[in-house]
Amino acid sequence: MIRADHISKTFEGRTVLDDISVEFETGKTNLIIGRSGSGKTVLLKSLVGLHEVDSGKIFFDDVCYTDLGFRERKEIRKDIGMIFQGGALLDSSTVRENVRLPLDLFTEMTEGEKRDRVDFCLERVRLVGADHLYPSEISGGMVKRVAIARAIVLNPRYLFCDEPNSGLDPQTSVVIDNLIHDITKEFNITTIINTHDMNSVMEIGEKIVYIHEGHKWWEGSKDNILQAENPELNDFVFASAMAKRAKSVAK
Amino acid sequence: MINLFENIGRYFMLLAKVFSRPEKMSIYRQRISFEIEALGFNSISLTAIISAFIGAVVALQMAITLESPFIPKFMIGYATREVMVLEFSSTVVALILAGKVGSNIASEIGTMRITEQIDALEIMGVNSASYLILPKIVATVIFFPILTLFSIAVGIVGGYVIASSTGMMLTGDYIEGLFYCFEPFSFTYALVKGAVFAFIITSISAYCGYYAKGNSLEVGRASTLAVVASSVTIMIFDLILTQIMRV
Repeated sequence: MIRADHISKTFEGRTVLDDISVEFETGKTNLIIGRSGSGKTVLLKSLVGLHEVDSGKIFFDDVCYTDLGFRERKEIRKDIGMIFQGGALLDSSTVRENVRLPLDLFTEMTEGEKRDRVDFCLERVRLVGADHLYPSEISGGMVKRVAIARAIVLNPRYLFCDEPNSGLDPQTSVVIDNLIHDITKEFNITTIINTHDMNSVMEIGEKIVYIHEGHKWWEGSKDNILQAENPELNDFVFASAMAKRAKSVAK
Repeated sequence: MINLFENIGRYFMLLAKVFSRPEKMSIYRQRISFEIEALGFNSISLTAIISAFIGAVVALQMAITLESPFIPKFMIGYATREVMVLEFSSTVVALILAGKVGSNIASEIGTMRITEQIDALEIMGVNSASYLILPKIVATVIFFPILTLFSIAVGIVGGYVIASSTGMMLTGDYIEGLFYCFEPFSFTYALVKGAVFAFIITSISAYCGYYAKGNSLEVGRASTLAVVASSVTIMIFDLILTQIMRV
């Protein structure tokens, strides 16, 4: 479980997150949704510790992350996997080297054990045979899958995904969504996904938090998002003319 | 002015992070070997070309300038050696490498910053500053003094080739000049300068890249700033070291 307790964040006098309290559950795919510029990336980066919050507390299970020092945070970070919007793979390393890096740095595994673990993770994301390629030589969808493999290689307890579908075609997006969802269930991870892709919301949104202008505006699941009466949320969810027509037909 | 002090403060804070205990020495050793090849070996050809031509030009200029019956011919070899050892091979090569290696480091780390690769390392629990910058500093501090010695040798050979091929002086005179009033400490001086300048180039360029923000334009700016700041700092430290280590 990850819990944010009244967190706020300001950049150069502009309030980006305003008194947000939310709990993300273990073993579920938790989604943060909102328009571009609504503060959802800042929320995700604050949760993971890449931004320091101005006020409020963040808890990883029972541990107050915001109260921890550099070394103690480092220990928790070994339990965190993160998938960045652009993949953030190391350009100078091959697919295999990217996935293997956390094992090299933080484990005492033998060469054989590392090889087996990397093979398992690459197989899990269906990337067998691409291990010798560099990030510049693979497609956007493959980059995301390598990022997932790297994120799970140390068996994380928490998985953060920043717009994992951005720049991908709808079919590949579904593959990535399902992969993240399956991994969450398989390893009982607390997964938080930052997205504005409504397909993802309807596919895997077990818990959804809607952020609007730095505030938590709505909270629920994919089953009740379509019936929500919140006007800003409805504007976001039914943004296209087709979606609006579909909603009126459904009514 | 406040901005300058802020940057100096951040630079030293970054250095403290860079020199904190590495995660795993074996990984760092591999990275140091990689950086020696990338930053050191790949600079050999540029250093060789520039040093050979500068050595030749210095010898030629000396031959023209010292055209007098009262000045012995071996002074050309002597002057070439002194120019190469005392200033050119350490300082001028460092300025050239600030352009090549410095901009390379700043743009590499800057690109890693804006594409969130550094954030990804931090999330993994890696000390990104130490992981990325320390191997580069160690590699250049080890290799640049070797490059300085190489530059001295190539420059002197360049002078010898021009002396022998133009017939402006006897090669025997040139060689005699090379050993005239030879002071071995001047090599120590050149090596120390090479190591100090290597540290300056690498750390300042890494700093400029590490704190790059925004987009590719900013990476370009960081790269330019790295070259300018390294070059100015090299000149300041050249003056300081010359005063401290007067030969």
